[in-house]
Amino acid sequence: MDVDDPALLVARIQFGLTISFHIVLAAFSIGLANFLMVLEGLWLRTRDELYLDLYKFWLKIFALNVTVGVVSGIVMEFEFGTNWGRLSTLAGSVIGPLMFYEVLVAFFLEAGFLGIMLFGMRKVGPKLHFFTTCMVALGSLFSAFWILSANSWMHTPAGFVIGSDGRFEAQDWLAIIFNPSFPYRFTHMTIAAFLATALMVAATGAWHLLRDKSNRGARVMFSMALWVVAVLAPLQILVGDLHGENTLEHQPQKVAAMEGAWDRPPPGAGEPMRLFAIPDMQERRNHFELAIPHVGSLYLRHNLSGTIKSLNEFPPEDIPPVPIVFFAFRIMVGLGLLMAVLGAASVVLRRRGRLYDARWLQRISVWMAPAGFIAMLCGWVVTEVGRQPFTVYGLLRTADSRSPVSLSFVTTSTLSILAVYLLVFGLGLAYLLRALRRPPEQGEREPEPGLRSPPVD
Amino acid sequence: MFLSDSLLPLLAAGALAFSVLTYVILDGTDLGVGILFMANPGDDERHVMAISILPIWDGNETWLVLGGGGLIAMFPAVYSIFFTATYIPLFVMLLALIFRGVALEYRDGASSARRRRLYDLAFIAGSTLATFAQGVLAGALLQGIPHDGSQYSGNGWDWLSGFSLFCGLALVAGYALLGACWLVWRTEGELQAKARRQARWLGLMTLLLAGAAIYWSGLVQPVLWERWGDLPLLTAWLGLLALLALGFWKWLDSRHDFLPLFMVLGAVVVAFAGLLASLHPTIIPPSLTLAEGASPASSLGFMLIGFAVLIPFTLAYSTYGFWVFRGKVHPRGEG
Ligand code: HDD
Ligand code: HEM
Ligand code: HEM
Repeated sequence: MDVDDPALLVARIQFGLTISFHIVLAAFSIGLANFLMVLEGLWLRTRDELYLDLYKFWLKIFALNVTVGVVSGIVMEFEFGTNWGRLSTLAGSVIGPLMFYEVLVAFFLEAGFLGIMLFGMRKVGPKLHFFTTCMVALGSLFSAFWILSANSWMHTPAGFVIGSDGRFEAQDWLAIIFNPSFPYRFTHMTIAAFLATALMVAATGAWHLLRDKSNRGARVMFSMALWVVAVLAPLQILVGDLHGENTLEHQPQKVAAMEGAWDRPPPGAGEPMRLFAIPDMQERRNHFELAIPHVGSLYLRHNLSGTIKSLNEFPPEDIPPVPIVFFAFRIMVGLGLLMAVLGAASVVLRRRGRLYDARWLQRISVWMAPAGFIAMLCGWVVTEVGRQPFTVYGLLRTADSRSPVSLSFVTTSTLSILAVYLLVFGLGLAYLLRALRRPPEQGEREPEPGLRSPPVD
Repeated sequence: MFLSDSLLPLLAAGALAFSVLTYVILDGTDLGVGILFMANPGDDERHVMAISILPIWDGNETWLVLGGGGLIAMFPAVYSIFFTATYIPLFVMLLALIFRGVALEYRDGASSARRRRLYDLAFIAGSTLATFAQGVLAGALLQGIPHDGSQYSGNGWDWLSGFSLFCGLALVAGYALLGACWLVWRTEGELQAKARRQARWLGLMTLLLAGAAIYWSGLVQPVLWERWGDLPLLTAWLGLLALLALGFWKWLDSRHDFLPLFMVLGAVVVAFAGLLASLHPTIIPPSLTLAEGASPASSLGFMLIGFAVLIPFTLAYSTYGFWVFRGKVHPRGEG
């Protein structure tokens, strides 16, 4: 599809690369900020020092994560100009304001209070400090709100007109912000961030429990995190199903690609659920298909014989790269089901009073540490690759969105970014694992920069 | 009609200019502290310097993000022309900012002194390179960017000129000066005395380099000087700058440690205002005007309302964030 414009392909790879790094860090920040808010709130209510220790333990992790998250975001903010100049010129006055509001209401809130949250515990007192933690947590959610609104608008554009010069002009801001796919995407993504973080926390707790079953901090974080998984994993499946129905309405060829549905089944047969297949873009059909009949209709149409528009009903130049979408979707859903099983198992063990004794559960939890992030990335790949070949769905093609820069520039910048990210994030990950390996202790230290309180004069 | 055609783009440009100026003032100081790491090799003094900006640099950098978000939203065509044209220096700046931020945050956790020196090297290189690239970006804008309509039409290298590189150099001196004045205010003892000496040298250097850059700008882009044919305006502008420079010189050794910094900040504001006056009404000299590059009124109005309502709050809690960490910074072990 892109062989005729390699620079476009590299620009897309660069975007996918930078946003993937960013989204993992951002989601971890969102999850941790809210987890920290809960911990500090619990401490203030119960005055149990254990919560404060856990707070400080995770605050150090948060500090490591948020720095790298922020700097990776700044690259994104300018990439729309360097690589996606046409998109920016044509759609900037619609998606730009949403990004502008993101800075105004989210980033400033986060960054403005972050310094006090990290280093100001002894300076402002517990109540005020709790307030700053809340502001940082709120800021992280606002941030997701605005950027997902911008992103969703590109999937399901609404509230605009196209001017004589081909530019999108905003007409109804409420319709733009709350465009048709936004509520689903925001809910699904927020839950994804919480789930991914909960699985990391659970894994950390489990790791320490495997070494020392009596560590109270490890017990509490393990238990808290598994509650979150038990509640949110089933909820996420429900929301994902609703999200899919919404997509079916607005982007039918994406759903067809997720299902690997090349041809419409004969009347009455209904859509099968394809467990495995190798979609072939050339022959426009699947190889090695393994499917259960009718089940697809059940979750797509909520009956036994309904069908969806199939890939061969679209012009060949309008369908996304099917295999990527198909496999990414299966990984996400598979991991989602696994999370639900983990959550259910934890509830059962809890009721039998064996939550901290079942070592197999702890081992599985350790293994599932990255599952949330992997599912999340796969979800984004489904969403974004499934939108191809458009940036603004149905209206602006990816091929027409690019900046007039040469292949050598795009390639050089991509390779430099890759090198820098691998170095910096590799280092960050090493620090992160080092910090997580230490068990949470009594009298945990905060990330202090050595500032002395100002003299009282 | 009048409102939407000329006033809104002007207000939008004002909001954008405010973001960029605030960024230069705040993060320019942080970057300056990073540059001065070069001249202050001691581990203890570096520790003090680092923690003087640790709790605030992130918030300061956010003004750059506001500038970027503001530009795509308010002047989308300019955003895409400018950043496509300055592809290389822009990526240099972005990657340098990554090194700066990460090195600053991680240096405290370094497992050995040698490791820390490595972080410090990254911190110096990141701060200096980011500053230099920002100067090049400014120079590239001032000298003009080839474009047809809303598309960049150059070959990707036209940002590179003696003038733009010189602007980069001048900005390094300028930010280092801000950094030195910050240290005069926030530190004491030996480090403060050193910062005073550095500020004196850097003040002179900045004056010379910035003066030369201003002169040079008129040669590469004569449009920039047209507005200054007006002699009283020019005199008033130069007079103001001279007064601030004098104040800086006189009060560098005063007991009021904050005075040098505020003199320099004043000069930055005045110089920036002069720059805007030379550019007006263009946004990319010599010919792309604010009104031509602007988003439709429906977008500008939506943003300006948010800006007017929210920025006072932002300024209030950001100031509070500074205030919590006020006072002289003390080295390790003393608190
Ligand atoms: C606000 C906008 C926005 C947001 C929040 C995201 N994306 Fe995106 N993405 C784009 C805006 C965009 C884009 C600029 O519109 C691209 C560039 C080319 C294209 O077609 O869409 C794109 C492309 C793109 C591609 C390349 C697709 C292809 O060319 O086949 C991938 C793999 C991703 N994105 C992945 C992600 C991930 C993992 C995200 C997680 C947060 C994400 N995107 C969020
Ligand atoms: C192309 C899309 C995106 C752009 C341009 C972008 C831009 C940015 C920028 C510039 C920052 C740094 C803010 C600062 O200086 O404080 C940032 C941080 C952040 N972004 Fe993004 N972002 C994008 C996608 C996303 C998505 C999809 C999410 C979540 C759903 C997200 C959530 C966050 C959060 C929570 C932060 C705070 C920093 C952190 O905790 O890691 N961003 N982003
Ligand atoms: C198991 C049941 C799940 C179903 C049925 C489901 C369904 C979907 C669908 C249909 C999309 C594509 C939306 C679009 O058209 O753009 C999607 C996207 C996404 N999914 Fe899932 N999902 C599930 C589980 C998960 C899990 C467990 C996670 C992460 C922890 C996750 C994270 C995401 C993310 C981040 C996206 C991209 C953003 C968005 O469009 O919301 N999903 N999901």
